[in-house]
Amino acid sequence: MADKMALAKAINESLRRALESDPKVLIMGEDVGKLGGVFRVTDGLQKDFGESRVIDTPLAESGIVGTAIGLALRGYRPVVEIQFDGFVFPAYDQIVTQLAKMHARSLGKVKLPVVVRIPYGGGIGAVEHHSESPEALFAHVAGLKIVSPSNASDAYWMMQQAIQSDDPVIFFEPKRRYWDKGEVNTEAIPGPLHKAQVVREGTDLTLAAYGPMVKLCQEVADAAAEEGRNLEVLDLRSVSPLDFDSIQASVEKTRRLVVVHEAPVFFGSGAEIAARITERCFYHLEAPVLRVGGYHAPYPPARLEEEYLPNLDRVLDAVDRSLAY
Amino acid sequence: MTVESTAARTPRRSAGSKAGTTGTKRTRTTAKKDAGTEPQLVQLLTPEGKRVKNAEYDKYVAGITPEELRGLYRDMVLTRRFDAEATSLQRQGELGLWASLLGQEAAQIGSGRATREDDYVFPTYREHGVAWCRGVDPANLLGMFRGVNNGGWDPNSNNFQLYTIVIGSQTLHATGYAMGVAKDGADSAVIAYFGDGASSQGDVAESFTFSAVYNAPVVFFCQNNQWAISEPTEKQSRVPIYQRAQGFGFPGVRVDGNDVLGVLAVTRWALERARSGEGPTLVEAFTYRMGAHTTSDDPTRYRGDEERQAWEAKDPILRLRRYLEASNHADDGFFAELETESEALGKRVREAVRAMPDPDHFAIFENAYADGHALVDEERAQFAAYQASFADEGGN
Ligand SMILES: Cc1ncc(C[n+]2csc(CCOP(=O)(O)OP(=O)(O)O)c2C)c(N)n1
Ligand SMILES: [Mg+2]
Repeated sequence: MADKMALAKAINESLRRALESDPKVLIMGEDVGKLGGVFRVTDGLQKDFGESRVIDTPLAESGIVGTAIGLALRGYRPVVEIQFDGFVFPAYDQIVTQLAKMHARSLGKVKLPVVVRIPYGGGIGAVEHHSESPEALFAHVAGLKIVSPSNASDAYWMMQQAIQSDDPVIFFEPKRRYWDKGEVNTEAIPGPLHKAQVVREGTDLTLAAYGPMVKLCQEVADAAAEEGRNLEVLDLRSVSPLDFDSIQASVEKTRRLVVVHEAPVFFGSGAEIAARITERCFYHLEAPVLRVGGYHAPYPPARLEEEYLPNLDRVLDAVDRSLAY
Repeated sequence: MTVESTAARTPRRSAGSKAGTTGTKRTRTTAKKDAGTEPQLVQLLTPEGKRVKNAEYDKYVAGITPEELRGLYRDMVLTRRFDAEATSLQRQGELGLWASLLGQEAAQIGSGRATREDDYVFPTYREHGVAWCRGVDPANLLGMFRGVNNGGWDPNSNNFQLYTIVIGSQTLHATGYAMGVAKDGADSAVIAYFGDGASSQGDVAESFTFSAVYNAPVVFFCQNNQWAISEPTEKQSRVPIYQRAQGFGFPGVRVDGNDVLGVLAVTRWALERARSGEGPTLVEAFTYRMGAHTTSDDPTRYRGDEERQAWEAKDPILRLRRYLEASNHADDGFFAELETESEALGKRVREAVRAMPDPDHFAIFENAYADGHALVDEERAQFAAYQASFADEGGN
């Protein structure tokens, strides 16, 4: 069945399906129950599945993730919500020192199928700590998988796959796209979770992005097309693992790569992509891999975020610079 | 080719409980009571505005003059007026968000007025009334809610730290600051504000531990407004919050948070303990968040209006007014004058907010470091060149 639904609703439907099909799936977080989450992503789930499966937790992120680990040890599959990106840090210790490492430490005996949902990114005019993109801080840690859907269909299916994964998955939800609608076919057979997708074919340059920046890159490609440039847009979908094969295949065709993310460029995922792609296809590249992202500065107050976040002009500027080589 | 060839161009489409059983019975330091029994509430003024005697706390407000009482009333009225103005500025699109303190005026004014100039305050994001007591210009509080800055005042000019949005963090800062005060041999005290929800955070528990171990001169002031967004206090604690202190080795007291006199007395007591080397105290001000969590919140999704109505009868401003009137401490002239002052404050705040300029774009790069950073300089220069590439075309 294909329905048009908002990205937030697609996640909601996906969580509902997981709760229906697997009694071990739990939803946990601050305000996820009665309120349905501050973005309504868990709307109606507590009403339909009860308080023992959709749990309003105390206000304590370390507690949320730490107890999710314990529940996973007991055979549950917790899907926990961190209310906003900036509030994951009280849980960072549990995620990095425990969640990421238990499988290795137990020589594979223990699996921790925990999904940590984090609404992330800017563009909604919020106060501080509500607009950050901390994915690289997690990608640096072995043992975690990191994904970020860009559209409703992926949000639905990637959530299904994340919950089924026996590895912990940090699921970054592009909050500024929560209300964007797209077709969701709930009977489709999804592709692999960690595979990138070409969302627009092109020949002159590859734009690679994930989460909220995919839509921007598509707009950039439209604008560039008006100027006679034919850009390819790659939706990476997964930050760890990164699908270098797909990036390589695209770059071998277009010979130019611009990576776009909201997170700061310095030590960001674009840096890793640039390094690997340079190693893999040095002789195919006509220009250095360029990155467009946030600056090495604290996320600015709302009235400056347009200057801080990648936008059409900044990405086009990078496209121009790449093509100028 | 070089990058210069792309330097000049025009922008392309960027868009830019039963609580407070407000009974009139005498109360005392509830910390001495066993957990599990009905918590007692320190209360000096009933909702009807009747002054009740309290053997333990009366002495902390014994010498209070009619003028001081009128002062507390004025503080609460002006704070509420400011708060209402901010809410309407948000509705008009002048602010991105507002976290209203409606209903919590007595908790904030009573505690804020108990502090001394050299004391230091660590607020959450809702302590507009405390900020008022500390002399922070109300308009300055609005910068972060308008989105022009992430703080906007110098914490050291009023000993009022920046608002802290990450729940609970500031309780540790307050404890550390208090440890410093003790090391310096000063007799200042520190007060840390936090909410009922925050009481669950690890940081808060750790601040209790540190303050107890180091006997730090800090008062933990918990405004239990019954809600943490959509979660009632029962979701955070099985015991009344003030009773937590006992397990850490310091006293905890529950005070009627809608009774400005009670809050003033209890906070003075707690601050005095801190000053005289007796260490930390937990004060739980039992109050109610009359409004939404913030302007983004819709409380009809999780609570009924009956609860709110019940708390309306305990309104902090109303009860002090009743007391002032019954005891002839204030006349019609006072109230009328305050009304005028209130409107003037609203107007001043409104105008100040509307006149608040958007920050310069380069503010992004300011103050990331105290001693500078090469990458910030480089990115600033790139940003400048990029911006200039639009300006070049500006004339045509
Ligand atoms: C670490 C952290 N987690 C979550 C949030 C989101 N959040 C903001 S306010 C709030 C509830 C706070 O409740 P309480 O401590 O009772 O304070 P109140 O808002 O009632 O004044 C939550 C969950 C946050 N700001 N920081
Ligand atoms: Mg609260």
